Amino acid sequence: MAENSSKAPKTSKPKTVKPVQTKPKRNRQSKTTIPAKTTKTSQLSKQLQQTLDELGKEVSIEMMRMMLLIRRFEERTTEMYQQRKIGGFCHLYIGEEAIAVGTAWAKKPDDYLVTSYRDHGFALALGMSPNECMAEMFGKVTGCARGKGGSMHFFSKEKNFLGGHGIVGGQIPVGTGAGFRAKYLGTDQVSLVFFGEGAISQGSFHESVNLASIWNLPCLYIIENNRYGMGTDVSRVVSIEELHKRATAFSIEGLAMDGMDVFECYRVMKDQIEKCRKTSRPALIEAKTYRFRGHSVSDPGKYRSKIELQAYKDADPINRTRKTLTEVGWLNDEDFKKIDKEVKAIVIQSIKFSDESPEPSLEELTQHVYS
Amino acid sequence: MSTKTITIREALREAIFEEMERDPTVFLFGEEVGEYNGAYKISEGLLDQFGPRRVIDTPISESGFTGLAVGAAMVGLRPIVEFMSFNFSLVAMDQIVSNASKMHYMSGGMFNVPMVMRGCNGSAAQVSSQHSHCMESIFSYIPGLHVISPSSAKDHKGLLKSAIRDDNPVIFLENELLYSLPGEVPSDEFTIPIGVAEIKKEGTDVTVIAHSRMVEFVKVALPALSEMGIDIELLDPRTLKPLDIETIVRSVKKTNRVVIVEEGWRFCGIGSEIADQIYSACFDYLDSPVVRVTSTENPMPYAKNLEVATLPSPEKIIEAIKSVTYRN
Repeated sequence: MAENSSKAPKTSKPKTVKPVQTKPKRNRQSKTTIPAKTTKTSQLSKQLQQTLDELGKEVSIEMMRMMLLIRRFEERTTEMYQQRKIGGFCHLYIGEEAIAVGTAWAKKPDDYLVTSYRDHGFALALGMSPNECMAEMFGKVTGCARGKGGSMHFFSKEKNFLGGHGIVGGQIPVGTGAGFRAKYLGTDQVSLVFFGEGAISQGSFHESVNLASIWNLPCLYIIENNRYGMGTDVSRVVSIEELHKRATAFSIEGLAMDGMDVFECYRVMKDQIEKCRKTSRPALIEAKTYRFRGHSVSDPGKYRSKIELQAYKDADPINRTRKTLTEVGWLNDEDFKKIDKEVKAIVIQSIKFSDESPEPSLEELTQHVYS
Repeated sequence: MSTKTITIREALREAIFEEMERDPTVFLFGEEVGEYNGAYKISEGLLDQFGPRRVIDTPISESGFTGLAVGAAMVGLRPIVEFMSFNFSLVAMDQIVSNASKMHYMSGGMFNVPMVMRGCNGSAAQVSSQHSHCMESIFSYIPGLHVISPSSAKDHKGLLKSAIRDDNPVIFLENELLYSLPGEVPSDEFTIPIGVAEIKKEGTDVTVIAHSRMVEFVKVALPALSEMGIDIELLDPRTLKPLDIETIVRSVKKTNRVVIVEEGWRFCGIGSEIADQIYSACFDYLDSPVVRVTSTENPMPYAKNLEVATLPSPEKIIEAIKSVTYRN
């Protein structure tokens, strides 16, 4: 089901919700943090206008289309999981699409990217086909990892996507190694290392960022702060409120961005990637976001208040993009419905493809243990 | 073929030097490998020869730099990670077990991890409980890893070169107390294939299987065994995974008796696996149960007498050999 995509606000004045622009308000009664609603300042509008001018109509719509594809893909993923066509652990990206899409359009094709087990959005945004991704979750040999990885372990050598990884923080040194390679061979690639806010308490995070700083590795470390490490509110487990301030400990730049605004994600990531490419200095970026679903498909997410969840759903990155594009006259309801219909058909096709694909043969069992 | 005599330390250094000369994607990193010239001087002079781009001093971050090596290997480099000792590899266990060993399989064969993790393994001289771990059975348990643990200078050099060229993550277990042991190596370039055992001494009465420093222990026992009229065949697997079971079985079919010596603990030791494979492959050829000589089941104590009592010894090996030949 769509997250209110059919209920896009019809007001003419944009009222974008920007959780990152102001300090989160503590709601004393519910003891939950909700994003503060602020009206866009004229300066921000200018920034948005600049980004839109840079991207142009077609690319902007393409980005929204990709977010919608990820959303529809994962909605069907949930269904397929409920039908037991998908098993194991399955972590959805719904609500966080702006980060992967903004990044995918900001990076060069040969820049490296690695992420956690919440990897569907990145895989699709980087251009992996819905067919190979859905088939992977179906455990079919046509999957991107021949059905051996599953939901948490999508990979693509072609896209320099070094995978979805299952141990919290375990991928951070791996992504650092890709940055090391770029530096060692003198290429101008940048390594984009994504992880959830839960991972910043792992030693692997601290060790990696320190290594990247002392060796000037072209790595960007992006915290996808969706506020909950499984069921644990970040404020209960991290000693500072603004996570990007951890950057100070490594003598690198730290900054935050609104992870629910695809154009801001694009702009910040573009700036940072190009800066990193030029200076070979790492940076720590905190993308403030929210997942609309539980930690995994099987988590009902009862640790969050309805008020909080609704407040973030009101800031749905897809609705916001739709509204912005409508505002500037690049999109109308008809266009949106048409795009939605198209991506839904692609997702249905990926299910058909996966259903019809063969399972891995039993010979596959012991193949690829060693190369 | 002409040969030269060098120590195991020099053999390792030559292997690293030659492979770094041959392949610009090979680099060495770890704690104190550069400016300090290596905690055990394996990398002595390499910084001067290759510079800080390829001989890299790391912070004390085993998890971070091992994982970094995994990532670098995935995208085409060939890192050699030196653990100052394998005791510290435990800090990097998630990167070795969850990442290095799994990457090829869980990516459906898309990515591989050509890296070597090397350093000294096992006990040294009274370094007590936390610095005396024998890691071979722990690593050999993990599909996706190769595990090598040689005993001679020639084997160290030839196998390390093969390990660096291998496309899989390789655990290369050395022993501090062997570093100064001299041995003959070919003067010309050579490699030794991974997964091939070597009969170090031919014999007819008992197959004694030992690797790393335990090979030296068995050699110490040889004169006494000879006096007793027992002619052992000393077999060094050299590579523990993949295990060269064919060579082992061939030897067992000849001698009909087996003693397995290892420095590690008894329970789930590497000898348990070797014994199991022998029973499965050639039970009918055995004239005695397989007997194992291992460390006793305790953390390594500091006191010299207790350390000696913990470890296998030439005397314990002789007792085991007497037992399988029914001489006691």
